[in-house]
Amino acid sequence: MGERTPLYDLHLALGAKMIDFSGWEMPLHYGSQVEEHHQVRRECGVFDVSHLCVVDVTGAQAQAFLRRLLANDVARLDAPGSALYSVVLNEQGGIVDDLLVYLTVDGYRLVSNAATRQRLASWLRQQAASFAVQLRERSDLAILAVQGPDARARLSAQVTIARAALIKELKPFQGLEENGWFIARTGYTGEDGLEVMLPASDAADFFNDLVGAGIAPIGLGARDTLRLEAGLGLYGQDMDESVSPLVSNLAWSVAWTPGRDFIGRAALEAERDLGVARKLVGLVLEERGVLRAHQAVRVEGIGEGEITSGSFAPTVGKSIALARLPMAAGERAEVEIRGKWHPVRVVNPPFVRHGRILI
Amino acid sequence: MSQIPADLRYAATHEWARLENDGIVTVGITDHAQEALGDVVYVELPEIGRVLQAGEQAGVVESVKAASDIYAPVGGEVVAVNGALVDSPELINSEPYGSWFYQLRPTDSAELDKLLDAAGYEQVASA
Repeated sequence: MGERTPLYDLHLALGAKMIDFSGWEMPLHYGSQVEEHHQVRRECGVFDVSHLCVVDVTGAQAQAFLRRLLANDVARLDAPGSALYSVVLNEQGGIVDDLLVYLTVDGYRLVSNAATRQRLASWLRQQAASFAVQLRERSDLAILAVQGPDARARLSAQVTIARAALIKELKPFQGLEENGWFIARTGYTGEDGLEVMLPASDAADFFNDLVGAGIAPIGLGARDTLRLEAGLGLYGQDMDESVSPLVSNLAWSVAWTPGRDFIGRAALEAERDLGVARKLVGLVLEERGVLRAHQAVRVEGIGEGEITSGSFAPTVGKSIALARLPMAAGERAEVEIRGKWHPVRVVNPPFVRHGRILI
Repeated sequence: MSQIPADLRYAATHEWARLENDGIVTVGITDHAQEALGDVVYVELPEIGRVLQAGEQAGVVESVKAASDIYAPVGGEVVAVNGALVDSPELINSEPYGSWFYQLRPTDSAELDKLLDAAGYEQVASA
């Protein structure tokens, strides 16, 4: 039996098809993954993402510790509530994990992947040894993501006046606490929306209220197609310890602040000086068929690559993928599906943003 | 619980087969199979005229989640394919027993007797 979130029984009651996700029993869908995808793009829906890993970092050297640990620079966070995306690197520049970090009143809050929980925990402990910091994993919290163009309005109607006021004030990528609930205007779908971290004991009632108010529950299946259309990488698929952010379409998240010695910096500089050999790009299959992870890609006269994530994309209405290709690849490539080569268009992700198809 | 019509025969690989009055065998995938696959987004049908052995791969069905092969429940020559599924693969989810994939002229119609009946398939589907 896998780990369960506080909403496990509710998922079953709602008819979810459950799957194992990195050791967690999570809902794949509640009937139709494609319908759930459209629901989020067109209105809104609620996801149980309580399997995500939340760690609070406090102490006199919390900032110094995170400036060493993260490739992005937390010194950029100027006021409690601000947040940024960062990768965590090993000394070779490989990606140990990716996460969001929020500046809080007491320190910092990290929100990272379920799949890397153990790896990140041991990495944090190891690196924290030489800093005056305290680490606290917040397994006492549940996390609900309410995503879609109507998310803020619909969620506001189901919370206290004070929380609704906070939701109104929050700018994109901001997160603040209100009476024990941490509410952030973040997500993983390419739509506007909120992520709510709340005491696990409040989660089932709140989820039930949201579903009762007509906010559709959405499974991890739609979460995957939504994030793929949004061009957002998934740890373990589009990135892992064998690749750097420079070949993962994440160079933008590396802060080269002069003199800041973050873990992996020397390796990234060496890679940059040598010339970055590959890039993570988007692919669009113009004909029928489905692109899938690990299918081979070839670029005539240039070289070969591989799809890291691929699926049918419900909003685009075609199959799309993320693929790691030689840096010199242009606008066309071919993908091998069951022994046959199919032409694809090479594009810059995202494919979809705020409901609009961009490619 | 998925539907398993009593008047059809079944392969353990989750295809249904129906013997028509003219001796042609119509093939599709079961309700259990479409449910396990989830939203179907793509199908590959066999070429008309191709001769299949029983158990040979005849096509592909892909859902958002995964790709899955379709096998020939009995051997024979493909005489028709359901082109409507290429444009509307979601029909396989809504009407698995109306959404046939292809029709065969069986090489040996006795092979049909080797397939599972509804009770036999129910055991496979619930295993």
